[in-house]
Amino acid sequence: MNNDLINYTLHLADNSLILGQRNSEWCGHGPILEQDIAITNISLDLIGQARNFYQYAASLKADGSTEDSLAYLKTEREYKNCLLVEQPNGDWAQTILRQFLFSNYQYLLYQQLQSHKDDQLAAIAEKSLKEVTYHLRWSSEWVIRLGDGTEESHNRMLKAIDELWRYTGELFMPADYEKESGIELTVIKDGWNKKVNIVFDDATLIPPSGGGGAFMQSGGKQGKHTEHLGYILTELQYMQRAYPGCEW
Amino acid sequence: MDFIRKYYYGDIPEDKTGGTIISKDSKSDWPLWEVFIRSKQGLDHKHVGSLHAADAQMAIENARDVYTRRMEGVSIWVVESKYITASNPEEAGELYEPAVDKIYRHPTFYDLPDEVNHM
Repeated sequence: MNNDLINYTLHLADNSLILGQRNSEWCGHGPILEQDIAITNISLDLIGQARNFYQYAASLKADGSTEDSLAYLKTEREYKNCLLVEQPNGDWAQTILRQFLFSNYQYLLYQQLQSHKDDQLAAIAEKSLKEVTYHLRWSSEWVIRLGDGTEESHNRMLKAIDELWRYTGELFMPADYEKESGIELTVIKDGWNKKVNIVFDDATLIPPSGGGGAFMQSGGKQGKHTEHLGYILTELQYMQRAYPGCEW
Repeated sequence: MDFIRKYYYGDIPEDKTGGTIISKDSKSDWPLWEVFIRSKQGLDHKHVGSLHAADAQMAIENARDVYTRRMEGVSIWVVESKYITASNPEEAGELYEPAVDKIYRHPTFYDLPDEVNHM
């Protein structure tokens, strides 16, 4: 059970860290200054969440691990983030959609997690929920703005949906270490679908008719990633790999 | 077929952008908004700066992201800059200078009873 808790905590941490890292790639490249700041704010929120989870995981492991070793010295196969968060930024539409699909999930997840029997997880979820509420609001409005915007922005949203939808199924497929977590993924899935429908409706977009038929990619939670994660880690871990133990 | 595609950090691959690239000046299509922040309950909103946004909702969110990152505020007002009417600096002479030699307009010429506080 304790092993499950450690793995589950690491999974939560990895999700936040990798998406934070992805969003941070926009720093200095945002479409306008205000959105550059907005997306990097979200990035920092997520990395902050990741730190809380890593610190807790390190204390549970009690084997000399630290938050830094858990972020900078894990290999690709040891990362347990879902595939959605490691997908490339693409254009602004794809970044926005990825954020919306994930924040929608994270919002519902943290709502359950904040009354978790594990006090520490509950406390981190409660603290993070306010941030995530804003991420969801911000990304929802951008999905609507682009979907219901110009022909160009609408088409880019369609392309983004085409690109990312196949990674959403994994969010609701429990990994072994998730099964005893007490989190009800079916409840999250219902709420998630409802929110997607509302926002897509406003955005004049139509969710792909999944109906159990659409093929969904999975494996990230078990450490089997798309080719993108390796590139992310190369960049993320470069300093610690090149200069072990360096500080500044 | 390019199976291996290297993305440098921050680069947005051209083939992902689709369509034509809109001129970098497109941000100037977004109107300018003036931002007012109230730093504490009970205080008044103060002008803190301006930003670009497509609509009022986006202006509020941009203001939140740009101007309240370090706990500067508890309330935000935005107004499109074009709705602000400003006095003309060239008219400063006739507008403000006549007040210079009318110091009797300051309430310092009245003897106030000691019991009156907070004046």
